[in-house]
Amino acid sequence: MSLLDTLVQGLLLGGLYALFALGLSLMFGVMRLTNTAQGDFIVLAAFAAIAIVSLVAAPPSVVALLLLPVAFAAGYALQRWVLNGTLGKDPLPSLVVTFGLSIVIQNALLEAFSADPRSLESGGLATQSVSVGPVTLGVLPLLIFGVAVVATAALQALFDRTALGRSFRAVSDDKEIAELMGLDAKKVYALATGIAFLVIALAGVFQAMRTTVSPSDGPLLLLFAFEAVIIGGMGSFWGTLVGALALGIVQQIGFRIDPGWGIWFGHLMFLAVLVVRPQGLFPKTRG
Amino acid sequence: MAALVETSGLTAFYGDAQALFGIDFRLEAGELVAIIGANGAGKSTFLKSLTGLVKVERDAVRFNGTPIGGAAPGQIVRQGLAMVPEGRRLFPSLSVEENLRMGANAGRSGPWNLQRLYKMFPILEQKKGTPGTALSGGQQQMVAIGRALMSNPTLLLCDELSLGLAPIVIKEIYDAMPAITAEGMSVVIVEQDVTVAQRVSQRVYCFQEGRVSLQGRSDQLTREQISLAYFGV
Repeated sequence: MSLLDTLVQGLLLGGLYALFALGLSLMFGVMRLTNTAQGDFIVLAAFAAIAIVSLVAAPPSVVALLLLPVAFAAGYALQRWVLNGTLGKDPLPSLVVTFGLSIVIQNALLEAFSADPRSLESGGLATQSVSVGPVTLGVLPLLIFGVAVVATAALQALFDRTALGRSFRAVSDDKEIAELMGLDAKKVYALATGIAFLVIALAGVFQAMRTTVSPSDGPLLLLFAFEAVIIGGMGSFWGTLVGALALGIVQQIGFRIDPGWGIWFGHLMFLAVLVVRPQGLFPKTRG
Repeated sequence: MAALVETSGLTAFYGDAQALFGIDFRLEAGELVAIIGANGAGKSTFLKSLTGLVKVERDAVRFNGTPIGGAAPGQIVRQGLAMVPEGRRLFPSLSVEENLRMGANAGRSGPWNLQRLYKMFPILEQKKGTPGTALSGGQQQMVAIGRALMSNPTLLLCDELSLGLAPIVIKEIYDAMPAITAEGMSVVIVEQDVTVAQRVSQRVYCFQEGRVSLQGRSDQLTREQISLAYFGV
């Protein structure tokens, strides 16, 4: 495997990590809430997609379309009636509640699906490839990368150019004054989490198409998401994408040196960023 | 005839600490009333009680005859009560124009819009794309006033407009008041500068340790009366 190939494969892997991380970045950016169940929600979405396919035998694109509104509604409801009650100056309640949700999701999935790894039939996408010069690119990783870039651009545009994005930034800046302007912060938070769950659903579907998933995968996905967000800078969507791509590249370089070193290399870069630049590469919280 | 705003026996607490002790206050439509008092007298808490930021008994605050005590701030602003908070508190990540547009979230119609605000404060149009918090203190105060006016309120509450501003800027800010009140809008200003408060208002309430220590027509109160009510000596 050439160095160029390693870099390109790392970029594509980073695209998937960006999808893991964008929801985390959004929820932190708006509510200062760290969702420690992020990885488990991705795995939950993956199993939901697998369950839908077992029921209706639909292609992954249709499954994703079916899953998106459900994910939005679930995220909205979760924030509105569970997580809003944990928000305040003390971050501990939200950490404890999302950690609890993580345990509940893992055990519920174990009960419903057993510990066996499963995957989503991609209709041949996972095995198709295209050659660009000396590099061979998988069609599915390319698709995931493209969706990650589009999702990042869409979230940034939503934040920068729409009234809803203005509301997200306002409640994040000063909830009390935002409410004085007539905003219902709890509804705004719920909308933010609903949108974060759209990205979580996409991440779950792609993860299940790309590899196998099992109920206990969530914490590792959370770790990758968390590392990408910290490397990129908390709350910045383009920063999160760059952080995810950097993580993917470094992991891929590690894998190239030794198959057991990839994830470890990623952790090393994460620690290096924490020591040298703890605010991340692009610390701008909002657009 | 019901007052525009009336409080009767208004009490407010921060946890176990009582900040207001039975405030009776009345403001008629079209009036400009000043509230003066030393730091900690309860002036800001009183305004927060009117806007829903501090929870109080439902019947303790009436707006146009309707009990609004303890209602959500969003509900209160939609009824026509807007506030310019102490310290401006602009949204740092929003531009000047975005800050102003936030005021329109209340969805009330009326004479105040971006064009009219830019006419009153032309500097804001020049800096409409600049982050609000990058402006000078006086310009930030103009944005804070404009943001509140964008909700087209019936009553505007202004908390410490002159705080931290140069005298010439304070004059510029208060010179805008006649344009604001010209169409019948009522205004309550909280002000530590007694001279300014007496000059711009029709009536004055003086607060001391959470109670009304003096009230009367601005042009009839003497400096000695105010000094006694203000400092208690």
